[in-house]
Amino acid sequence: MSLDLFFQYLFAGITYGSIYAIVAIGFNIIYNATGIINFAQGEFVMLGGMISISLLQFMPLPLAIAGAVVITMGIGALIEILFIRWLESPSVLRLIIITIGISILLRELALHVWGESIRSLPYFYGNEITTFSLGSVHLSPQVMWVITACAVMVGGLNVFFKGTPIGREMRACAANRTAAMLCGINTRNMVTLSFMLSAGIGALAGCVMSPITYTQYDSGASLAIKGFTVAILGGLGNSMAAVAAGILLGILEAFSVSVVPLAFQDAISIAILLLILFVKPHGLFGSSEAARLKDF
Amino acid sequence: MLKIRNLDAGYGKLRVLKNISLHVDGGEIVTMIGANGAGKTTLLHTIIGLLNPTKGEISFQGQSCVRTAVGRIVASGCALVPEGRQVFAPMSVEENLLLGGYVLQRKEGRAAVQAELEHQYDLFPILRERSRQLAGTLSGGEQQMLAMGRALMSRPRLVMMDEPSTGLAPLIVRDIFQIIRRLRQEGNTVLLIEQNAKAALGIADRGYVLEVGKVILQGPAADLLANADVQRAYLGREKIA
Repeated sequence: MSLDLFFQYLFAGITYGSIYAIVAIGFNIIYNATGIINFAQGEFVMLGGMISISLLQFMPLPLAIAGAVVITMGIGALIEILFIRWLESPSVLRLIIITIGISILLRELALHVWGESIRSLPYFYGNEITTFSLGSVHLSPQVMWVITACAVMVGGLNVFFKGTPIGREMRACAANRTAAMLCGINTRNMVTLSFMLSAGIGALAGCVMSPITYTQYDSGASLAIKGFTVAILGGLGNSMAAVAAGILLGILEAFSVSVVPLAFQDAISIAILLLILFVKPHGLFGSSEAARLKDF
Repeated sequence: MLKIRNLDAGYGKLRVLKNISLHVDGGEIVTMIGANGAGKTTLLHTIIGLLNPTKGEISFQGQSCVRTAVGRIVASGCALVPEGRQVFAPMSVEENLLLGGYVLQRKEGRAAVQAELEHQYDLFPILRERSRQLAGTLSGGEQQMLAMGRALMSRPRLVMMDEPSTGLAPLIVRDIFQIIRRLRQEGNTVLLIEQNAKAALGIADRGYVLEVGKVILQGPAADLLANADVQRAYLGREKIA
């Protein structure tokens, strides 16, 4: 493999990897607040893409993206209020099955609203054939948009969780829910907030990736599997590890093209998921001690 | 300040508390002693609102607080230092204390929280030294002090403590009880739940003895200390005929 080709694959891997990382962080935010995996996370990404494409007919691109993020956050909050909030001490398994139901519901709704056609946002800068060169590597500007957006989201989330009172309260809920209640914190609102937050970042990821990967009513499902693989690979609940794991998976997928046919690309992540669940279920960066304390 | 009448509570079909009545007046230290499984923790969880009673009435400062959200009860001035400390382990000592000031910040703003934080640091100097450390890395005694400081950050009128001495070295237990005494001097009211009956009755004004969900004895702490049944069951002294 030539050095140029190596870098070309590397950048493709980082691009897809950062998208997976964002989906995985969405999983982690809800996991930390509730202890469940929200399998509708991929649908948030799809909704972000679809809503922004529809809004684009009425308004400029930045507004359409902002609108899509806000609407998807609203949908996230609505889902939590309608399906999760009023349950009295539900079991983890029951909640997970509910989220699977929600993901099917959202997918079917999207099919009715937007049909089966494959859509996409236009490139934020230039078009399909615009490239810029980084040394000898030719990249689409959209790649930089994706990577930058993901980096900004990760940085923003870090500031939010470490630096703001409300982020601190959400972390407290994740660390010890009973103690958080005893401090007077309304833990149910924190759960709603966690759904809004992961819906929002999912939607934003859905917007920036749409020009490259396209958006279809069922594109959430495969993303959810990739994101889930990454969340497990990094260790559930650990968002910084998810970034490393996401980029790792993206790069592995990208380089797999030179060894196995392209059609097998999705099988790579499933194989990694199975392998990790068998060998190291607490993830590459998680401690086994902490994993034993978790319900799931 | 706190009045409980004919309270029944439990988990599902299991009735843990049976017809409990008790009261705590302002400025008192009241202790509730009893063996494991007597229902002490259940009682505190019912008062703070983590558990709904099946029957009976709880009133705090004249207001009924049955079926009220925990947050409301905490905001009204009732705080619980839970059993087993329950600190936010992955967060720093200072963050733990600031979270304890959640209701204070809502009522009186950020400046009040800062002032209260200084006050807690004065009460527990060790917490000031450890303010940047993660709560999970503290020793058991330090975690207990952090849990107490966190509860006090809400400037409660009534502090309820669930077995603060469990699993601590005798010297540290003495410190903890010293602090409880000091809390009363500062005008707090304390409901203390303990297995360490001797130490608890030693600092309390009044006491209740709980056995399998029922109050079987009550009275001034000095009387309970002298009571032969209490001595035999909880203080490890044989009655000398």
